[in-house]
Amino acid sequence: MNLDSLYQEVILDHYKNPLNKKLIPNPIAQVTHLNTSCGDEIVLNLHLNGDLVEHITWEGIGCSISQASTSVMSDLLTGKQINEAMSILESFVEVIQSKGKLNGDEEIIGDGVAFAGVSKFPARVKCALIGWMAFKDALSQGLAKK
Amino acid sequence: MSGLLDVTTIKRDFPIFNRTIRDGQRLIYLDSGATSHKPKIVLDAERDFYENHNSAVHRGAHQLAEEATELFEEARLEVARFLNSDGSEIVFTKNATESLNLLAYSFGNASKNSRFHLNPGDRIVVTEMEHHANLIPWQQLAARTGAELTWLPVTTDGRLDLSTIDSIINAKTKIVAITHQSNVLGTINRIKEIVAAARNVGALFILDACQSVPHFKVDVKDLDIDFLAFSGHKAVGPTGVGILWGRAELLNEMEPFLTGGSMIESVTMSSATFAEAPQRFEAGVPNMAQAVGLGAAIRYLNGIGMENIHNHEVALTKYALDKLQSIPGLKIIGPTEMKDRGAVFSFTLENIHPHDLGQALDQNGIAVRTGHHCAWPLMRVLNVPATTRASLYFYNDYSDIDALISGIYEAKEFFTAPRTKERK
Repeated sequence: MNLDSLYQEVILDHYKNPLNKKLIPNPIAQVTHLNTSCGDEIVLNLHLNGDLVEHITWEGIGCSISQASTSVMSDLLTGKQINEAMSILESFVEVIQSKGKLNGDEEIIGDGVAFAGVSKFPARVKCALIGWMAFKDALSQGLAKK
Repeated sequence: MSGLLDVTTIKRDFPIFNRTIRDGQRLIYLDSGATSHKPKIVLDAERDFYENHNSAVHRGAHQLAEEATELFEEARLEVARFLNSDGSEIVFTKNATESLNLLAYSFGNASKNSRFHLNPGDRIVVTEMEHHANLIPWQQLAARTGAELTWLPVTTDGRLDLSTIDSIINAKTKIVAITHQSNVLGTINRIKEIVAAARNVGALFILDACQSVPHFKVDVKDLDIDFLAFSGHKAVGPTGVGILWGRAELLNEMEPFLTGGSMIESVTMSSATFAEAPQRFEAGVPNMAQAVGLGAAIRYLNGIGMENIHNHEVALTKYALDKLQSIPGLKIIGPTEMKDRGAVFSFTLENIHPHDLGQALDQNGIAVRTGHHCAWPLMRVLNVPATTRASLYFYNDYSDIDALISGIYEAKEFFTAPRTKERK
């Protein structure tokens, strides 16, 4: 086991240059998710346009895994139909919770496959999911308002 | 080297150092502030209790009950001598958190004319550097009684700011509850000065000694305090056993916290009177094997000598402070001078999040803690979301610090090296 298998280049790259990390105002839903064991925090703004995920923007502090995963999520799910976004999310969660058994399909979860190694580290699963769970929460709040 | 213990020999007492970490590497355990490891003698004492003496203490007319009670009470006396007190003042709890909650709930149960009763406007004083265990019970007690919770602030170099102590610990103050040594900063607080301020206004003084009792001699008479809490598991003892020490005259005036068997004097269907302390606060069959294990732990610590443990940790602290501060981009969160400081080092590293650093160190067999260390308000004051913490004990030596230092350099190299590969 070495660090390269956990921290793939794509993770470190997203960490250094995160996407959509600037809140666009007036969202349909804003959520704040905390990782209470490490103090990490993600604020996420969601904009919907009909059945389309129009913008996912966020701010936050956290480790490279949480920041990169949120960056990947925001890039991947923006512009998708809501049901498609949810299906991608489910695929990603399945990989992250697979305890190293699944590698993930790049056709579906894109750069998300870089996080497959995280699933072997139970203490880091929450880091990889924090942004995705924030999106899921914002989506359900946003849909409730519609 | 002078002042240093023979760590190679000491480690042989601790079975966990026989195992390896992450593919055959030596365990470099720098997380004793969270929990310490256990010498075999402690594990043997627990096993011996179950194998040879197991029986419910303070009950039963048989030989096993006698032996179990004797072992349990001998452990209580061991703790009492360790703190320079008396067995009647030692309450077995499950951990320091329970000890502190016992106090907060008992005070909350006090009748109107009791010295422990809190009125709206009365004051409870803590500090900004408290562990959640010595903050939240008092927050909650304040909320239940209408008392006001206030606190001594922390300076930017991680010390208590005592400049306004007389206005903070004022005539309204009924309780002062303060940590002896910060689990984040390593700061050892000047207790006597704060005790004097509490005494001046007739307030009770409670010491959270979780990070001090395992590391240096703590004498409750010398400190002139009223209550003290610590956990066995941070002092090479088992989990599941903690201590509340309190002055006998105070304990005997206090209302019970948990009620039930063992803690009563007399019972009818509609009422009960309660036993004297410590039994008053030990409802139900206690964690007996764990208490006996804690007795063995204290005998073990005494065998090494608290003075020797302290001197060893002072030497490690000096070495670690020098080495850590020589790393570019590393900032110690807490005092950087030796005075009144324990072997606990929180730090941040430029451009590397603590969780990532902790992961990288783990790959080298180095166990550290990352995050907010159950002291979230302190982290907000210091304006750091999280730190990496290395906390040492007498089974650590210079080579452990050297491993930490080279692990940090490796992590810096890994996380800050230029990357070329394109994003997919």
